[in-house]
Amino acid sequence: MATRIRKPRTQQPRTQRPRIQKHEDSMSAATSTPPESRAPHSDLPAGRPSTEGRGGAGLFSPAQLIASLPEAFRKLDPRVMAKSPVMFVVWIGSVLTTVFSVTDPGDRFGWTISVWLWLTVLFANLAEAVAEGRGKAQADTLRKAKTDTVARRADGTTVPGTELGVGDLVVCEAGDVIPGDGDVVEGVASVDESAITGESAPVIRESGGDRSAVTGGTKVLSDRIVVRITTKPGETFIDRMINLVEGAARQKTPNEVALNVLLASLTVVFLLACATLPPFADYAGTRLTLVVLVALLVCLIPTTIGALLSAIGIAGMDRLVQRNVLAMSGRAVEAAGDVSTLLLDKTGTITLGNRQAAAFVPVRGATEAEVADAAQLSSLADETPEGRSVVVLAKEKYGLRERHQGELVAAEWISFTAQTRMSGVDVDGRSIRKGAAGSVTAWVRERGGEVAEDTERLADGISEAGGTPLLVAVEDGDGARVLGVIHLKDVVKHGMRERFEELRRMGIKTVMITGDNPLTAEAIADEAGVDDFLAEATPEDKMALITREQAGGKLVAMTGDGTNDAPALAQADVGVAMNTGTSAAKEAGNMVDLDSDPTKLIEIVEIGKQLLITRGALTTFSIANDVAKYFAIIPALFAAVYPGLDKLNVMRLSSPDSAILSAVIFNALIIVVLVPLALRGVRYRPMSADRMLRRNLAVYGLGGLVAPFIGIKIIDMLLSFIPGIG
Amino acid sequence: MGPVTAGVLQALALIGALAIVHVPLGNHMARVYSSSRHLRVEKWLYKGIGVDPDAEMLWTAYLRGVLAFSFAGVLFLYLLQRVQGILPGALGFDPVEPAQAFNTAASFVANTNWQSYHGEQTMGHVVQTAGLAVQNFVSAAVGMAVAVALVRGFARARTGELGNFWSDLVRGVTRVLVPLAVVGALVLVACGVIQNFSGIHEVGQFTGGSQQWNGGAVASQEVIKELGTNGGGYFNANSAHPFENPTPFTNLLEIFLILMIPVSLTRTFGLMVGSVRQGYAILATMATIWVGFVALMMWTEFAHHEGALRIAGGAMEGKELRFGIGGSSIFAVTTTLTSTGAVDSSHSSYTGFGGGIAMLGMMLGEIAPGGVGSGLYGMLIMAIVAVFIAGLMVGRTPEYLGKKIGPREIKLAAVYILITPTLVLVFTSLALALPTPPDSMLNPGAHGFSEVLYAFTSAANNNGSAFAGLNADTGWFNTATGLVMLLGRFLPMVLVLALAGSLAAQQPVPATAGTLRTETPVFTGLLVGAIAIIVGLTYFPALALGPLAEGLA
Repeated sequence: MATRIRKPRTQQPRTQRPRIQKHEDSMSAATSTPPESRAPHSDLPAGRPSTEGRGGAGLFSPAQLIASLPEAFRKLDPRVMAKSPVMFVVWIGSVLTTVFSVTDPGDRFGWTISVWLWLTVLFANLAEAVAEGRGKAQADTLRKAKTDTVARRADGTTVPGTELGVGDLVVCEAGDVIPGDGDVVEGVASVDESAITGESAPVIRESGGDRSAVTGGTKVLSDRIVVRITTKPGETFIDRMINLVEGAARQKTPNEVALNVLLASLTVVFLLACATLPPFADYAGTRLTLVVLVALLVCLIPTTIGALLSAIGIAGMDRLVQRNVLAMSGRAVEAAGDVSTLLLDKTGTITLGNRQAAAFVPVRGATEAEVADAAQLSSLADETPEGRSVVVLAKEKYGLRERHQGELVAAEWISFTAQTRMSGVDVDGRSIRKGAAGSVTAWVRERGGEVAEDTERLADGISEAGGTPLLVAVEDGDGARVLGVIHLKDVVKHGMRERFEELRRMGIKTVMITGDNPLTAEAIADEAGVDDFLAEATPEDKMALITREQAGGKLVAMTGDGTNDAPALAQADVGVAMNTGTSAAKEAGNMVDLDSDPTKLIEIVEIGKQLLITRGALTTFSIANDVAKYFAIIPALFAAVYPGLDKLNVMRLSSPDSAILSAVIFNALIIVVLVPLALRGVRYRPMSADRMLRRNLAVYGLGGLVAPFIGIKIIDMLLSFIPGIG
Repeated sequence: MGPVTAGVLQALALIGALAIVHVPLGNHMARVYSSSRHLRVEKWLYKGIGVDPDAEMLWTAYLRGVLAFSFAGVLFLYLLQRVQGILPGALGFDPVEPAQAFNTAASFVANTNWQSYHGEQTMGHVVQTAGLAVQNFVSAAVGMAVAVALVRGFARARTGELGNFWSDLVRGVTRVLVPLAVVGALVLVACGVIQNFSGIHEVGQFTGGSQQWNGGAVASQEVIKELGTNGGGYFNANSAHPFENPTPFTNLLEIFLILMIPVSLTRTFGLMVGSVRQGYAILATMATIWVGFVALMMWTEFAHHEGALRIAGGAMEGKELRFGIGGSSIFAVTTTLTSTGAVDSSHSSYTGFGGGIAMLGMMLGEIAPGGVGSGLYGMLIMAIVAVFIAGLMVGRTPEYLGKKIGPREIKLAAVYILITPTLVLVFTSLALALPTPPDSMLNPGAHGFSEVLYAFTSAANNNGSAFAGLNADTGWFNTATGLVMLLGRFLPMVLVLALAGSLAAQQPVPATAGTLRTETPVFTGLLVGAIAIIVGLTYFPALALGPLAEGLA
């Protein structure tokens, strides 16, 4: 194993990189990209979410609130309410005050408080219903794909898709909907997977290899395949997806459980503080009504976070779904936030996947311009990505206009073949060749030309730096000779360096996994700025690396698609399987990326962190709010018997009733106000934990202290216009 | 030099002395609890108890040790008081009444030292020296042992083992408390504290008439009373009595003795978890609260603006002239912020706010710097709660010192912070709701309420100081406070040890830039804020009806 750790070296900025790359991308779609690597996201090479880490923003509208109202009412069922200890206490309080108001129907204050307490419960349910509603729409689309299909077995019998068993062989031809999840065991077909991925370009599925998995509900567009069913009906990928996006399979994650425990214990503390108050008040010479006590209790217990907690969780999963990632459990999303080591495959994740020309190096006696000119001419007939990149480099760096094959009359084009390993052109009495070192050297020698003595040194130098050398040679009036060397190298995606820098600031170590030799790997690792690399990596090496990191207490995330990735995917704390991968890989991972974009791992980590931050921020806000509520309610309750306590009424609220009511109303309304934040998540920017803590403490801690003083005062001022209360 | 300046200088002198002494003492304690060697006297003790001092214990075994030892202590102390009549040196005192004997036994074993009796009129030499003083040592050592077990929980990985309770207990006594107590007692004697076994003297008074004084082994008990944050005085007047605390210097020395071990334990903690800075963060949190409380207390006591008090230069009622407002304020804050409960002035006579500050100090849970051992584990529990909320805000599953704070850890911490408020509030409201307990109150109105609230706050937090005024020597109060003291001491210990066990079993998470750093001023600020808000919110209504109502009137 050739892994080592070192500090990333600073690199010269490569200004030409971005433009080259744009070019390459537009061309690659037409020329080199195989059909199954569709690229809705890979054209965002930096992998940065277009919404700046605020995915799902703008998906919340007042109309959704109204649409979710019936569901919010349905959730008033005590059996549903009991799941959230905090809101269940509010529910019981609402029942109590309502009963109390019924026994004393003339008590307008009691009725008003009851109404607002019910609204508090309703707002909490509404938050959850809105969060769930967004998943429901997605589930409906999926259900459409899950039409009842008839499966033709390989033995000729037909059965309904719902009666297929694991191991059955079914035949699917053009136009058929694949009846269940399975692996192609025979044939090749193009398949429309838009029902799951939303991507209309068809993908190729073929027997053997890493592209054999097919998903039930997708449609065969051409050819014929035989599929071995691997999943029981009802447990297929699409079924699981529906459950996931609907939240039916939602279980509380460890962190959510822990937070619920803390909230429950705070609720008990405040329950005690309120329940022991009547004897204290009696002694002081005043009587507290049940309505007032319940109002105080509801204001003090952490209703804000209690109301929004499940909405935050659902929305977190939903943010992943928005990015076409399916998390098989909420636990995985949380683990993503804790990840401290990212294993990233080099090809496709860190580099563009194709080698590109980076420089023209002349041998002694030739000039760079000569090499560039010859390289360009000889590559015009080379339609491989490498060939195109030579043309592009010549244009970008040497200002050589791209000449089209038609412009050059009487030119004889020699295209690249695997046998000759050269391409070139014979024009104007010149023969130009470009290709693998061995082939070009042989071509020059054949023509009696000479190979400059520094050719080999230059070519070896490029190899050692992790690149691939291509020789350029010419035969003209001066005879055959080598002009220079084209330096082909793996091109690191634009913005990856900055991305890794961000990850480092977040405390996450990146490890590049590659099958390249250590030399090449090191060169690319340096350029990309990853912290570490694993060269000549076998699946066993990968697995060993993961277990080693985990033994040190680290959480590891990785992506994978092949069957041989499956053990590592299962071992990793966050294993993201590519949807194009095998079913073994998809089974082993705890997330599936429908876009099959490995770069997305970074976004997944950010979403995991954002989920936890949102919970923490709203908990802090909720607890900090209580200070102001005490200053509103305590003087209102006791200033009559201990006039000195009126000095605590720092907000100068107009009357005791109005003070209590304002606190209750603020407590209810703040839930609605924070619903968008809960659904969207707290804004996340990569920064160190220390800075993030300072920032969030200032916003949600101090903000939580101050906001209710202002809010309650405003509500009190509005209430004072209403006769009978103010 | 004005009295304010004198007070401030005393506080500064204390801080300076503690800054110097906490390093060697903290280092020493870290060695004591990590050493594998046994002293000869310790080997005899282990043989006497019949235990193997090298056997590692799981948290359950450790807890069994704590509970068995403490139960035996309660039983022994109870019986000793009940047979006082036949003991030598009983000074003619009768056996102690059952309810009071239970209360006293619970009180001294729980490191509370709530005293519903008058020492000089109830307890003879044997009970004082062989019973109460012994518990002063061992109850302190038990607290330190539990704290060390929790620290080991943080320091160890992938083991459930927390060390050996018997060895921690014995070493705490033989290597920490006894040597310090011997030195301290000699200094106290040199400064005028008495140490004898004399009988009762009849002494004439200046104003005519006569008074009975008895002597006793006061210095030896006085030193451990402070050092072990026990607080039970030889005499009823406690550290206000000239035989216990004769001069302003002994006053300052006693405050120093109270703070010495709890402060030094933060360094022991830092050393044992492998980062002295983590210890400093905890110490900084404690120091911030202590300094803040001292400043508030001095301010409210000096700046009292009623006529007679202004002439006296502040609220002098109930304070000894030889200590003044400064020395008394520092003592009052120190004794209530630790679980000591010794007093050199009458807390009931402080201003309304002053009494409230003393009460709030106890309500914080005795963590700044708290009782010996209990202060450290109480603060670490608060740190866990603070880390949990703040840790979420940096986008990671919260972790403290590399250990994840998951559902089990937060469950134990959350129940821990529930225990004392439950005991205080439920028993205070019971006392007010039942027909007879209110008869014990001396004062009407808010001050009377404060007397009861203070009593249960003091008992539940194992402080032991009293607000005066309240007649706690009734069957109901003796039984109720006795129960509250035992529950307030041992329920939290159960949770702390369970937590220690679950932390010790964890694999630590290595720190990265994404980890919440807990050795920074930001974290200290956060911890102070979390303590203030959680405690403040719990007790605000009760405080509003007692000290706040009085202070704002």
